[in-house]
Order: sequence, then C-alpha cells, then structure tokens
Amino acid sequence: MGGLQKKKYESGSATNYISRNKARKKLSLSLADFRRLCILKGIYPHEPKHKKKVNKGSTAPRTFYLLKDIRFLLHEPIVGKFREYKIFVRKLRKAYGKAEWSGVQRMKENKPAYKLDHIIKERYPTFIDAVRDVDDALSMCFLFSTFARTGKCHVQTIQLCRRLGVEWMNYIITSRSLRKVFLSIKGIYYQAEVLGQTITWIIPYQFAHDHPTDVDYRVMATFTELYTTLLGFVNFRLYQTLNLVYPPKVKHTKCASIKYMDLHISYQKLAALSASLARTVPSVEDEEAELDHFPAEGEDLEKMETREKMELEQNKQKKLFEGLKFFLNREVPRESLAFVIRCFGGEVSWDKSLCIGSTYDETDETITHHIVDRPTIDKQYINRYYIQPQWVYDCVNGKILLPVEEYFLGVTLPPHLSPFVEESEGDYVPPEKLKLLALQKGEKPQAEEDEEEEEEEEDDEDDEEEDDQSEDEDEAEDEASLAEMEEKRAQGKSLSVKVTPGKVKPENRMRTEQEEKAEEKRLAIMMMKKREKYLYDKIMFGKKRHVREANKLAAKRKAHDDANKPDKKKKKKKC
Amino acid sequence: MEWYKDYPHIGYDLDGKKIFKPIRNKDELDEFLDKMENPDYWRTVQDKMTGADIRLSDEQVDLVHRLQEGKFGDVNFNEYEPAIDFFSNEVMIHPVTNRPQDKRSFIPSLIEKEKVGKLVHAIKMGWIKPRRPKETTPQYYDLWAKEDPNSILGRHKMHVPAPKLKLPGHEESYNPPPEYLMSEEERLAWEQQDPEDRKLSFLPQKFACLRAVPAYSRFIHERFERCLDLYLCPRQRKMRVNVNPEDLIPKLPKPKDLQPFPTTQSLVYRGHSSLVRSISTSPSGQWLVSGSDDCTVRFWEVSTARCLKTVEVGGAVKGVAWNPNPSICLVAISYDDTVVLLNPGLGDRLVSTATDQLISSYEEPEEVKEQPVQWTVAEGEGHEQGHRLILKHPKAVRQVTWHGKGDYLACVMPDNGSSLQVVIHQVSKRRTQNPFRKNKGLVQCVSFHPIRPYFFVATQRYVRVYNLIKQELTKKLMANCKWISSMATHPGGDNVICGSYDCRLAWFDLDLSTKPYKVLRHHKKALRSVAYHRHYPLFASGSDDGSVIVCHGMVYNDLLQNPLIVPVKVLKGHTITHDLGVLDVTFHPTQPWVFSSGADGTVRLFT
Repeated sequence: MGGLQKKKYESGSATNYISRNKARKKLSLSLADFRRLCILKGIYPHEPKHKKKVNKGSTAPRTFYLLKDIRFLLHEPIVGKFREYKIFVRKLRKAYGKAEWSGVQRMKENKPAYKLDHIIKERYPTFIDAVRDVDDALSMCFLFSTFARTGKCHVQTIQLCRRLGVEWMNYIITSRSLRKVFLSIKGIYYQAEVLGQTITWIIPYQFAHDHPTDVDYRVMATFTELYTTLLGFVNFRLYQTLNLVYPPKVKHTKCASIKYMDLHISYQKLAALSASLARTVPSVEDEEAELDHFPAEGEDLEKMETREKMELEQNKQKKLFEGLKFFLNREVPRESLAFVIRCFGGEVSWDKSLCIGSTYDETDETITHHIVDRPTIDKQYINRYYIQPQWVYDCVNGKILLPVEEYFLGVTLPPHLSPFVEESEGDYVPPEKLKLLALQKGEKPQAEEDEEEEEEEEDDEDDEEEDDQSEDEDEAEDEASLAEMEEKRAQGKSLSVKVTPGKVKPENRMRTEQEEKAEEKRLAIMMMKKREKYLYDKIMFGKKRHVREANKLAAKRKAHDDANKPDKKKKKKKC
Repeated sequence: MEWYKDYPHIGYDLDGKKIFKPIRNKDELDEFLDKMENPDYWRTVQDKMTGADIRLSDEQVDLVHRLQEGKFGDVNFNEYEPAIDFFSNEVMIHPVTNRPQDKRSFIPSLIEKEKVGKLVHAIKMGWIKPRRPKETTPQYYDLWAKEDPNSILGRHKMHVPAPKLKLPGHEESYNPPPEYLMSEEERLAWEQQDPEDRKLSFLPQKFACLRAVPAYSRFIHERFERCLDLYLCPRQRKMRVNVNPEDLIPKLPKPKDLQPFPTTQSLVYRGHSSLVRSISTSPSGQWLVSGSDDCTVRFWEVSTARCLKTVEVGGAVKGVAWNPNPSICLVAISYDDTVVLLNPGLGDRLVSTATDQLISSYEEPEEVKEQPVQWTVAEGEGHEQGHRLILKHPKAVRQVTWHGKGDYLACVMPDNGSSLQVVIHQVSKRRTQNPFRKNKGLVQCVSFHPIRPYFFVATQRYVRVYNLIKQELTKKLMANCKWISSMATHPGGDNVICGSYDCRLAWFDLDLSTKPYKVLRHHKKALRSVAYHRHYPLFASGSDDGSVIVCHGMVYNDLLQNPLIVPVKVLKGHTITHDLGVLDVTFHPTQPWVFSSGADGTVRLFT
C-alpha cells in the first residue's frame, strides 16, 4: 500500500470547474469581453454539486464555469477579433490625443468587424434547432425596432431589427402559421407554429419607451447582435422553403411600376403588410398537400384519426377570415390588426393618409367589418359591422367567427381570455371560457335564455333555502315546546305524558363506508416512512393550495356576479 | 462716466478744476410735461459724456433712420457697382506681378515625397489597408444548406436549452375576467411585498377598450432580466418526481381483517377527583384498581363500573400493580417512599384468606440481614382497610411491577447517580435485594421477562437487559429517542416496546438487533404509557394528546418473519387537563378491551 498521498483539490470535481475570474484570465479578456463571448457562444455557469469541494474549501460565493466550456472558448476565432478591437480602440485614442484627424478617419474606416455566422452554425447545427430558439430573438428584435434613435443603440441596429421583424411577419402571413394572439397589459403576444415548432413572441404597444437607468444596454446590444444574425439566417431559410424571394419584394401586378418604385417605398409597402410577396417560382397557388393515408391498426388508427381531425380544424382556422373585408379606423393598432387579419386570409385596408399600402377606400361597399375603437362614429354605412378590435383577436383564439353583437361600438366588452391557459382537472375555469367551448362545439348561443334559466334556477335555490329556514323554524318551535314542558315540570304540575314514536335513524351505508375508508387511509398514513411522509405532505399541501386558489377565484366571481345582478335586472326592465 | 455717478461733477479740466454736471432738476412730472409739450422731445438725446441734452439735427436723424433700416450711412454710396474681376478668364499678355517664379515650384516637394514614401511603405508592409468596400447590410445566405451530422458535437448533447418563458395567464389580459382583478386588500398586500416575493410581477388591470391601454413601463426590464437569465443562470436538469401520492401510502391489511380490537368507548369509571396515575387489572379480569393523586386507591368492578372500595393512603399514589398470580390477591401500591401490599378482599374469599395466611405464616429467620428497606406488618386500622405489609424505602418510589409468578416485586426509585434505584423484593421471604451495584443514568422503568430470568431496565435513552441468574448485562437496546417514559414486554418475551416523551414508540425485536425494528410517530404529544395484550396480538399507547392508539402487532413463531405492525384504531375520549391526556393504559387480561386513565380523573374502558 505504498504510493504518494493524494493531494486535495487535484482531481475530481475541483478540476472540472473553473471560477469566472480564472476563466477570464485564461482567455486574457476583459470582463466585458468575456461576458460578450459567453453571450455569443451560449456559455452559462454551472452549479457544482459540492460547492465547497470545488471552491477549495472556501464558502465564498463564486460563479463557476465548466473547464471544458472554457477550453472550448479558447479556440474561438472571435476572441482574436476582440483583442484586435481592443488594440484598435487604443490606437484610436492615441490618434485622437495627437490630433491626427486623417489617421482617425483612416482607422475608423478600417474598424475591425466580426461575423457571427459560424457561431450560429455551431450553436444550431440543424435548422430546426435554430427555429426552436427563435422566441427570444423575435421578442428582442421587435423591442429594438420600437426604439427611437436616441443613442441607446446604433441606428443601423434598429433599422436591421425592424427589417427582420417585417420579414418575419410577412413570412408568417404567407405561410399562415399564426395560431394564437393575446392582448396583455404588457404588449401583444403572438404564437405561431413554424415547421412544427411553437414560437411565441411579444410586441410592445406602440409608445415611446421610458428608458430605465438600471438596465445594461451593452448586454442587450450583444444579445441583439446575435439575434439579428440568427433571425436573418432563419428568415432566409424560411423564405426559401416557401419559394419566396429574399430579401422580400412586394408582388406587382404591373411590371412597369417596378421601375418607378423606389427601394425605400417598396420597403415601406412591405412593412405595411398589406401586399403579398413575390415568389421565385411564379407557380400556382400552393395547394395543401393531402395527407397520405397509411393503413394503420388499433391505437395508430385512433391517433391518425385525431391527427386528421386536428389537421382539418387547422385548415379551417387558417381560412377564418377568408372572404371578409376589413377597414381599420385610424385609432386602432394598425400593424397588429393588419398582421392578424392577413394571417387568416382576410383583406384589410385603412385610410390613405394613415399609412402607405391601403388597398381600398372607406367608401368601398364590399367592406364587411369596420374596426373602430371609439364610442361612437358619425357616418355609418349600413352594410357593414362596426366592431371593436377585440373581436378579431377573440375570433382567432376561439377559432370561429364569434357573434358580433357583444363587440359593437360603445358596448362593454366581454373579458379577453388568454389562449395559452389550458385548464387541467381541478383548475378554475372562467365562465367565459365555458361559453366559448360551448360555442366551439356548435351549440347555439342562447345567452339570454340561459340567463333566464339561471335566474329560475336561482329562484329554486332560494325556495330551497326558504325550506331550510322553515325547518329551522320547526326545530326552534320544538325547542320552545320542550322548554315550556320543563317549566311546567319545575312548577310541579301534572303533565300530559305523551310518547312520540322514535324515528329510525337511516344508516347511511355510503357514508359509513366512506368514513371507514378515510380512517383506513389515515391509519395507513401513520405508518408511512419519514421521507415518504414528507413528500406526501408536500404533494398534498400543493394540491390543497391549488384547490384553495381555484375556490377563491370562484368565490370572487360569484361575489362579483351577485353584486352586478341587480344592475342587469334593472337594465332589462328598462329595455 | 459711471464713476462719477454719485458726484456732482463729471471730471476735471486742464487746470484741475471740477467740471460740474449741468443742473438737472427735472422730476418725472417735468419729464412728462416736456414729453407732452416739447415738439422736439423725440429728437432730444442725453449726451452721456457731458450730461447735457442735445437736439439732433435733421441730418443726424436721417442717418439714424438709414442705419436702422440696414442701409449704408453714406447717402451717396452705391453698393451695386459693377464688379471688375482682378483675375479674369481672359489671359493677358502681361503678368499680374513681375516677380520671378520660385525654384520650388519646379522641383517636387521633398516633404510630400517623404509622406508618400511612408504611405507606400506602410501599404507594402500591410500596415495600411486599402479601403474595403463597406458592407452596410449583413449578407444572409442558406447557412444550413449542408447539414452534416458530424457538426453535432458532443456538447450539443450536453447542452441544456434555456427554458422558455412562462406563457401569460388570464390575469395578464388587458380586459381580464373580474375575478382575476385584485381587491383593495390584495393590492395593498402586493405593494407591501418585496418584488422578489410577489407571485405576480404586475398588477392585473382592466381597460374598457384597447385604445386606453398604456405602455408597460417594465417591458425593457423584463427583456433585460430574460437576457441576464440566459447568460448568468446556471442550468441544471431537474428530474421532476411525478409521484402519485396514493402510491406512497403503504399497503396494509385492512383493520377489519385484524379484528378483534377495541373500537368504542363503553364505560367510564368516575370517582377520582384528581389525575389517575396508574391502573391495573386483576388476573381474573373482574376487578380494576386505580391510584390517583387525590391520595386514594379505588377498586372497580369492570363490568358495571361500580366503585367497590376506596382506600385512602398517605400520599399521591404513583403506581398500582395487581399481583399476576391468580392464587394470591395482593395489590402493590406505591406512594411517596412507601409501598403498601394490600389485600383488597375482593372476589373469592378463599383466595383472600389464603393470601392473608401466606403473609402471616412468615417466620423470622435466625440471622437478620440488614436490608435497605424496612418491612413492617400493618396493624390496627390499616390492617382493617386491607394493608398487609408496608415497605419503607429510602426514596420516593415511582413504579412497582410484579414478576409473572407473583412472588417478586420490583420498585423503581429514580435518582440520578445513586446506586439504589431499583430494588427487588421477595414477598414470601420478606427479603429485599439491590441487584445493581451501580446504575448508569436515571432509571425510568423496569420490567421482568415473562418467561426467562431476564430483567429490563429502561434509563433515559437505553434499555438494558440483565440476566438475573448470571448477574450480567446481556443486551443494551438503543431507543433512538430522547427520554423513555414507559416500556412493555411482549408476553412472548422477545419483543419490547418503549414509549418516549418525544412522541415516539420504538418496537424492539430482541432477536433482530439492538436498534428499534420500527419507530412509530403516531402521537402528536409525549407518550405516557404503553401496554401489550396478554393473548391478542395487540398493543396500545396512551399520550398527552388525549388519544389511545391501538395497534395490531403480530409476532410470528417463525423466526424469519418480522413482526407485522398495523395501527388499527385511534381511541379518543379523555379530555386534556393541564396539558396532560392519557396517563396509563392497560389491557384486560382475557378480553380485547383496553382501559385508560387520564388526567381528567376518569378511567375509561374501550371495547
């Protein structure tokens, strides 16, 4: 049993991890550059299992990276570019100091630049990987594209972000892959299904940003740098799959107009989202490829059937607004509505003075829906519905054309529900959702009748309550008579002795059984092991909390409805 | 002039005399009148140098006008005269100047040459790069045109993709259902909380129309936090245990199948006015004795709950124990430092008299050994009450327990560090032994092995098993609890249960190990007493939470099979007084009934 004694922290987990500072020194980068590199390469810290072992006995809070990751970074060509840039900055500063303006000019022209193509390829070896990760990229790009040119970031970046966003939206329109929209207080959420991947992104409402001071814009800019590159390549590939021209061009009916079309104007038209895109192969309208039918058995068959059903439903949803003509008033969010309506095959236009790209006038007789977001409108055409913008979004989420009555001008809107919530068993489901589900199943909306029925039911309930009350009263009477009898007895008067036949207590077999079972369970729980008991208690606690929350919501709703009922009744009477 | 503001003069003449300011005694009114009446007022100006008023002449006024209009002051100046170029495009025969040209205009510049040379050198050396065509817009191409599977590195398999952001729920809607809005109190509570503790990061709000929705002020913050999460958060794959809680509950035989066991409270023995510390049943199961803090011992008939006899003793009764030998009718009662052997005179008269005879037939041995305990025979009033023998101990006796044969009696006198904590009396010979030369720790309770000559001594944390014949320690059981309160031995003798003040009940299998075979934490509060049934596979535990839990504890003859322990019934009945619930439990010797005595002064029978 000879051999040297093993030294501490020379093998095992202590050597697998490296602290951030050491990693930085190993790469000889400044902290800012190291951060940038980590962002670009997607390297994140790791939490060692035994922190004290890795930290060589110290308990100081440190960030640890995997040594493998840092070694991987050593071979990154971009690290060289970072160093070059550092030198460039030093030279530039020197030239400024010496007031060598021509030198400054020359250096600025030769500013070292780097490309992130290889990093994208390396981080996302397959296209699907890239599509899966495009969520954050989209949200970030859409955020940056709403920035004003205030010097928070480069103007070129803003423009690029805007361009990429417009390209993406045009792709979604052409491929009709939008699935859900949600108007939240933060912004508008969109969910699309691209190549089988569900992608969700958020666009803030169109307002100037109040730039916070506690946000590091350099970090955001680095992320944006990566995301724009990623999104550009993804867009390119997506356009290719649909045989569209990239960079996108508006489809022109007249060839002559191309010549006069300014590049800038064409881009603006594209951004207006009202025109369809040009294709590389001027092929026929793409027909939905019919699903091939394979002979299947048993479960597979069932799966197939459900899949087919889903497919059908989806196709139906894609053509939701087909044949409808919308006109947007100037106060509604034009871009969002135009995007959503076009995604589901509707035609959309707006006032000419509002934005470029309007296709028809307000006076057009064929307009079916006019979207307005003000209480009243002066001039109304008879043959169209005047509705509030929420109708469009609710229709998309409900996958059907909802009745327009609830969305007329000046009407209190029904609640806008989140399409992302999928209620499992035991969750609270708001009544509006139930209504929507009923509508989807094809049941006729007979809201008013239902309400009346409900009222009737409630009346019944009231009656029952009254019954209860009367029972209570009976009991009270009994007690009173008993008290009287006692008094009489106390006074020593002779009582009219009466024996009432006793009632047989009906033995509730179900209940006793249940009780027995409950006790059995309680006793069995007593015999649990400590660890299992802990886990069990935790699970049960979570479940109970869940139920409590659902109950709370239900109670709140009931209280609200009860408070509002008299108002409604009054209104009805007035009507 | 400002220097002379406060003086009457405005300077000095050549002779050094003051030049006085012209007298100005005009006040505001004079000024006004002047303005109204003097037609030349408008062209009167005060000369600052002399302080005198000067009336401007017509020419001067005209000049002012011209200057005001931006014209030249001179009337005769023509600003639009035809310009004559000095250097024109027409080449003249004569030079403008007659100066001969410099030499340097013929030879190339040295400085420039040096500069160009430097640049050429720099370009040659690659120090200066020729301008590249600027790429303003990034070029995109089909990056994934060739997807080769080799490009998927090992690290991609290790890669943990960042979790996607949580999708918004109904409460984030601009027009949520009313139940998702916060009430006033909830809102206040939300505002009071730290931003990290909040369940929702925003306040749900309702807007009547889309037009009214303002910008969300924390939008950039949230994106930034997401960025930070992406590059600063350690990622880990967490295996989420998806356990059905029902699966965790152990599968036990149904209590129904394990009958008989006591299920309901059938009788309450009332009479004591203070806590009933100890109870015991007669070997026939007909009588029950209970000792209480009100200094009485009561004898009850089990089947009718009638108190047959009350014996007053000189102190709070700590323990009572009925002699298990059916042919002897004796009850050991301990109070203060005294143990009284009492003949209640219940049941068979023959047995009673036989017992009396047995005690009176004692003959003094020749040699009188010095004993740690003083034996005296009760006489007079005590004898009439049933007292037969009185044993005076040096210290307070806490527990008394009989050997199965009914001849030996063990008493516990807890005292830390003393050598005299446990004494064993032999009734027939009126002899007392101190079995241990030294006791480790505070003895809590003792018990005899039902069959073999073993003796169990429970101290605070351990149970020691002694062989009385060989006079040695055979086993030391680790109870894994803080303070043992009670102990009971299985009639088979191979199993022991210990109740402890930290709510545990430990079951030892002596054949298996010195550690508990099972530790049960059924009770919410300290256990006061445990008991085995003589025949049925049952054991019970009484606790300060006022409940008695009856468990099925089957011991198999087969050594390979471990005992089966199933709780079968929680019996409640005692009310908690002074934080004390059940103080003692004991089983009926033949029936599956359990007696319990409580701090509320009652004894209860559960059948």
